Order: sequence, then structure tokens, then C-alpha cells
Amino acid sequence: MDDDFYRDYILDHYRNPRNFGHLEHPDASADDTNPLCGDRIAMELQLTDGRVSDVRFSGKGCAISQASASMLTESIRGKTLEEIAKLPKDVVLENVGIGISPTRMKCATLGLRVLKSAAIGRIAAWPDEE
Amino acid sequence: MTSTLDTCDDAKAARVVADFPILARPTARGKRLVYLDSAATSQKPLAVIAAIDEYYREYNANIHRGVYEIAERATATFEAAREKLARFVNADPREIVWTRNATEAINLVAYSWGSANLRRGDAILLSELEHHSNLVPWQLLAERTGASLRFIPVDDRGELVLDDLDALLRDCKLVALAHVSNTLGTILPLETIVPRARRAGAVVLIDGAQGAPHLRVDVAALDADFYAFSGHKMLGPTGIGVLYGKRALLEAMPPFLTGGDMIRRVEYARTSFNDLPWKFEAGTSNIAGAIGLAAAAEYLNALDLDWVRAHERALTGYALERLGELEPRGLALYGPRDPQRISGVLSFNFADIHAHDLASILDTEGVCIRAGHHCTMPLMEKMGWSATARASFYVYNTRADVDALVDGLAKAARIFKI
Repeated sequence: MDDDFYRDYILDHYRNPRNFGHLEHPDASADDTNPLCGDRIAMELQLTDGRVSDVRFSGKGCAISQASASMLTESIRGKTLEEIAKLPKDVVLENVGIGISPTRMKCATLGLRVLKSAAIGRIAAWPDEE
Repeated sequence: MTSTLDTCDDAKAARVVADFPILARPTARGKRLVYLDSAATSQKPLAVIAAIDEYYREYNANIHRGVYEIAERATATFEAAREKLARFVNADPREIVWTRNATEAINLVAYSWGSANLRRGDAILLSELEHHSNLVPWQLLAERTGASLRFIPVDDRGELVLDDLDALLRDCKLVALAHVSNTLGTILPLETIVPRARRAGAVVLIDGAQGAPHLRVDVAALDADFYAFSGHKMLGPTGIGVLYGKRALLEAMPPFLTGGDMIRRVEYARTSFNDLPWKFEAGTSNIAGAIGLAAAAEYLNALDLDWVRAHERALTGYALERLGELEPRGLALYGPRDPQRISGVLSFNFADIHAHDLASILDTEGVCIRAGHHCTMPLMEKMGWSATARASFYVYNTRADVDALVDGLAKAARIFKI
């Protein structure tokens, strides 16, 4: 991985995650663990008229998995579950994927995988393996 | 052992480093390779690589069958390898069974001895710091037989608490313990536990995956019934390991895997089995692996296991001192703090930097460490750690490697603005 990978905005999202916590009555949710390292992410979605009106994530793990999930939650309001199910991996890799090593790609894509799992109601494929 | 050994024998360590070709290769970033993950797998000296190369180039043939020259040489060298490993742990060659690794050796005991000897109401005693390989096979055995699992607790420094050992040993048929914790480096007090377990009538298995590479093992003195270890953590190749078992126990045990080479006579309806140790070695063995592992054992003998221990203890002491400098900045060291109590493994976390991020930053400096749960998830859960960073030392590590680790951690602190 590159020396300069841990840019300020990644550290900021790691230390001050956005939309972190739980919804009282989520309409869709999922959680998963990266078996390689034990990183955990849960995603909860609230829908209004079929579109995401609120989102929360929770979890524990490295700066990459947590910052990636945090940034992801900032970009999905207003989307339908169908749209979320079709999100390309670039949606997270644009933020955190630059210079990342292959073994840590799962850290970057864990949040997206969990989000897609919530959208389709079952565990989704790894975005980097699609 | 003299005290001078404990002040780091850098001159001998430098000669050892020269025996490991991989350590002379810079990383893709042009950094010196600083390998601090020997608890996962060790590097291989030229002597081991050459022994494997020689077998494939000069006398590759199957063993125990061919009557031609190279087959005779392969068989003789393979069985000589067994004798060398027997001497390495002070056992009889008939008590040395080749397996793929320590995990397979433990599974062999769990399936063969365990299924034949455990009943409902029996107990299996483990410790809370076991690697998954010395936990999962016993969980499954307990499910199959109705036996129950018990655990010797560990304290918050990763030392076993033996206060209730007598109660834990009651109705206990099997005690299965690590020699050394792969996560914390704790050396288990086997000299205390094994005699008490034997007096209580339990069979004792030691998971020596982290023990045999670093500590002189004398199975006769230890008096354990089984001792399992892997070749690849002790300078040998992957895919070869050893199960030592007391002869009387091995004789009485049914075969585990069955097929060729482990038989005496096969009819369509029935089969009689081969003598020890071949009864447990179905199919063509990892011949090159056994030969390579014997070369590794000879290399360690030539280094002298007492020197290995003293070198690692000195290096651990130095690392505890250097890492201690970072404690005011948030470095948390886990496990016993006494080099006498640790075998070359240090687990830690650094402020709010996740262990995987630490490992990635250290990697940019050529420093290889492990991060994660180290296949001891229940221990991590008990201690409240989601992951730790782990540096582990072996014969080829020097104080310069410890310095590189500390410099890399300082870089991580800069990047994470600590």
C-alpha cells in the first residue's frame, strides 16, 4: 500500500464516523464480518416512499473499513433498494481504493457489501469479486 | 547458560541471517526485509532448501516399495529423517508419525484416540488461550461423544490460573494444552500441569506448534502422551508435521486415514494394518517435506537450542524495552512482561490505530507483522481485543529488526497524528 494512503479525510471519517449508530425502526438491515480480520459492519436503512430517507451504520475495525462505510452512508440518501443493489464498487474505491493492496480490498468493500445485503435481503457477493 | 548470551549475540545472529536467502532480497519498495512473523511461518535456511532440491534432483522415488537404487536411497533418507526428528524431541522413531502439520496431528488424536476412548460424562480440559487448532477438534469430539469441555482460565496478563486445577482435573480423560501461546507468547507451566494431569489419570496432549521451534523439547522428561508440531514454523517446509505419541497408546489406537502404505495385508473383505508408525501414514507421504524438516532439525541442533532460547529471550527483552518507550504515546503491550515467561511473541495495540492499519504502514517499511485475532478468537473476546498486532522473533532476527519495528510504529504515529 502507498505511504500516503491514510489521508486526512480518511482519518477524519475513522475518528468521527458519519451516520454512526442505530435506527429505531429500520426497514432494511444487514451485518457482516470480514473473516480475514474480524472487521464488523452493520447497516440500517429507513425508507420513505421507497427511497432511503435515513441510514445508520455501526461496527468495529480498521480505518479503511470504517471510513469507507462512513463515506458510503453520505451518498445513498434518496436511492431506491434496486439502485443500491446495483451500486458499483467504484462508489467506495473512489474514496478509499487508491493504492490499496489486494488483501485489504475487502476492508474497503465490506461496508458496500453489507449495504447491498440490506437492500437485497440476503448476503451479497463481495463487490471486488463481482 | 551464561548471562552474556542474554545480551544479544549479534555476531552469531549476523551469521545466521546470511544462511537465509530471502533475507537478502529487498522488498518491492527497496526496503530491507524485516521478518517478524515467524509465529505464522518461519523462513527457510539454505540447508533446508538444498536438502529438498537434492531429493528432487538426485533420488526422487516413492518409498517403501521400489527395489532400485534411487528408491532405496529415498526410503533410507526418509526413515533417517524420522530418526533425526525422534532424536530432536528425545523419542523412539516408532513414536514419530508424519502428518501434514500440528493441526492434522491433533485431529489424528481426536479422531483415533478420542473417538475410541471418550464417553458421555468424561471431561476434556483445555486452556483459554488455545489456538483454534487445539480447540475445534475437541469441540467436535465432545459433540460426537457427549464429553464436556473445561478450560483453565487465563489472567489479564495471559498467564494460566492454576488455583482450581485439581477440581478441573476431576473425571478428566484428556488434557490438551499449548506449549506456548501463539498470541501472547506465554510459556505454559507444563512441568507443573503435566504431572498433576497424569496423576489424575488423564491423557495429555501438547500442541507444540509454537514450542518445538523455540524451546528444547524432551518428550521423555515432559511425560506428555502426545506432542504435536509443524515443520514450517521451525525452519522446515510447509505440509509436513509430526505427531509424537507414546508407543503403547499408538499401538492401541485404530488407524485414522486409511489406504496404501499403512496396511499389512489386504483382502477384499478385510485388512490388517502395518506396524507403527506407518499404521498412521496412509498414502504417499510428503517425502521431500520430511527430508527438509530433518535438515531444519539438524540446522537448529547445530545452532544449539539453548542459544536459540537465549537469543530470543534477549531480543524479547530488548523489544519490551524499546516498545515500552512508546507506552506514553498509547502503546499497549499484552501478555507477560517478563522475557523469561515469553517465547519470542509480543502482542500489542497502538493508541486508536487498528492493528491492520499498523501492519499496512509497517509493510511500507519492509516490516512484516501479523494483525488480527491470531486464530484465538475466544481469547480475544475474553480479553476484549477486537484485534492485536503481533511481532514474533526467531533465530534470524536482530536488534536492528526491533529498531525497524519501533521506527515503523513512530511513522504510524506520525501518519495517524498521535
